[in-house]
Amino acid sequence: MRKCSLDKINLLFAEIAKNAVLYLPVDENDGSAVYKKWEDGTAYSNALNTVRSPKDFFFPQTENLMGFKTLGKTIEVIDTRVEPDDFVIFGVRACDVRSFDILDRVFLSEPVDSFYASRRNHGIIISMACTRPSETCFCKTFGIDPAEPQGDISAWKTETEVFFKSNTAKGENLLTALDGILEDCDNNEVDAQKAKINAVMNRLPLKNLTTDGFGGGKTAEIFDSPKWEELSESCLGCGTCTFVCPTCQCYDIKDFNTGTGVIRFRCWDSCMYSDFTKMAHGNNRNTQKERFRQRFMHKLVYYPENNEEIFSCVGCGRCLSKCPISMNIVKVMKEIGGNKGE
Amino acid sequence: MNNINDTLIPKIGVITDVRIDTPDIKTFRVVTPDGKKAFDHRPGQCAMLSVPGVGEAMFSITSSPTNEEYMEFSIKKCGCVTDWLHQAEAGQQITIRGPYGKPFPVDDVFAGKDLLFIAGGVGLAPLRSVINYCRHYRDRYGKIDIVYGSRSKDDLLDYNEIIEEWSKDNGVNVYLTIDNPQDGWDGHVGFVPNYVKELGFNTNKVAVICGPPVMIKFTLDGLCDIGFDKTNVYTTLELRMKCGVGKCGRCNVGAKYVCKDGPVFRCDELEELPGEY
Repeated sequence: MRKCSLDKINLLFAEIAKNAVLYLPVDENDGSAVYKKWEDGTAYSNALNTVRSPKDFFFPQTENLMGFKTLGKTIEVIDTRVEPDDFVIFGVRACDVRSFDILDRVFLSEPVDSFYASRRNHGIIISMACTRPSETCFCKTFGIDPAEPQGDISAWKTETEVFFKSNTAKGENLLTALDGILEDCDNNEVDAQKAKINAVMNRLPLKNLTTDGFGGGKTAEIFDSPKWEELSESCLGCGTCTFVCPTCQCYDIKDFNTGTGVIRFRCWDSCMYSDFTKMAHGNNRNTQKERFRQRFMHKLVYYPENNEEIFSCVGCGRCLSKCPISMNIVKVMKEIGGNKGE
Repeated sequence: MNNINDTLIPKIGVITDVRIDTPDIKTFRVVTPDGKKAFDHRPGQCAMLSVPGVGEAMFSITSSPTNEEYMEFSIKKCGCVTDWLHQAEAGQQITIRGPYGKPFPVDDVFAGKDLLFIAGGVGLAPLRSVINYCRHYRDRYGKIDIVYGSRSKDDLLDYNEIIEEWSKDNGVNVYLTIDNPQDGWDGHVGFVPNYVKELGFNTNKVAVICGPPVMIKFTLDGLCDIGFDKTNVYTTLELRMKCGVGKCGRCNVGAKYVCKDGPVFRCDELEELPGEY
């Protein structure tokens, strides 16, 4: 365990930024927090979490895949990829750190997505324990401990100090490079903070929410539940839930004509959209009920079925606070799974 | 990063021949710019073809893997990419990547068995690959029956190959049908599912169905009526795809992705999935 006083945090950021691009949560004027590139004077946000998840760092909302030049009947494929710079993401919450594992299982399984993999290789994650989880948090439902966040380096912040522990070789190398600012210490203060966090967790409204009724192999049992109709009735199909979700990973591939050539790009897509599965000869998910069901079945049944019973939700609560009609995965888990969560 | 292969980055393909099959289906012959096959495949697998600036779409490879010179794609004109391809001429370059999907189990399950292929319309395209593979290795399989139907005589795909090659093979029987009577047609008239029941095949064989969803459904029901077990019936699905490798998240039926777990499914396995296809 190593630590530095909060007074020195800017020195620490400056040191990290010497060798890598540093991103961290920063407060916006409207009170929300977003990940921004650190520059001298950038203040680290105290917000519980950012509006958008940090999935952009590895799976950006839009990215170019390749270019084409066409001349008469011929085509040339142009490799537009560039090796990303090394970067560090500071202050990632435990829930969001888990989301990277969930995305890894999609993008790093064969055939490996080289676009995602190269960013993953160049990124270092410094997580941050949650001192005040909120009423929309339910990470514990998925076995995530907000007092023990993972990542290359785990961090804990008290009123006066920041504590660090490395979990990977990449993380240890970075901490070693910060030797001039960090000092060795014992675990006492971190242990005390963990106890405080756990006490807060035990008072959260969603503390008893379980995944009962979900998991691989549950399709036959719940796919035809009459409750999908009722739950999806007000869904606007706006896709906000999928865009703020740290684990939603569905994407579209489209071509853009630049006037002098063609850029083929990838962008986030949403299973909540009516044209997501639309084909020349029809659509296999014609109604919002079918699209709504797909999103939750994917997170709670299909993904676990294909990924050793790991759920594709981290309980970050973003969809709870952002859905314009206040529909969310917790309501689905309670209604379809039949657990009260209280 | 030029040395890193990514499945999303395609190769260049050249259309070397365009055959007009029916009023709305053309068959395109494709090779790489140096005249070779773009990649090897197994019967039933697919490839992503694209026209830069227009789009990319998944097509079944209709030529047999035993064809070592080129690949063929029988494509019905029905959307942006296919409209564009239909106006393309020989010499036109496109992009190609693959192969994708799980093939028909031609070397294990099908080996030594009698085979029944049933196709409707452009549904013959994926079956032509496996039919020609089985014809190539003729001694590995028993009797081969082929039932193929379309709207009219003009809509029958690969008609010359069926008449000149398939019908003349020993131990291969071809049964053609069209939906409505037509001048110059003295063959069977009627829908494929009914024709299959009329023909009344013995059930000690493997059946493969491909065609429009409604044709697949009624044909499968018909096969079950005459005593077929769903474990001996295979079909292929088609849903919208972008990546082809189970990552973009749109071609799933339940926990299965049609692009990587399909497109070939055994009908009893398919029955366990939600009916979202």
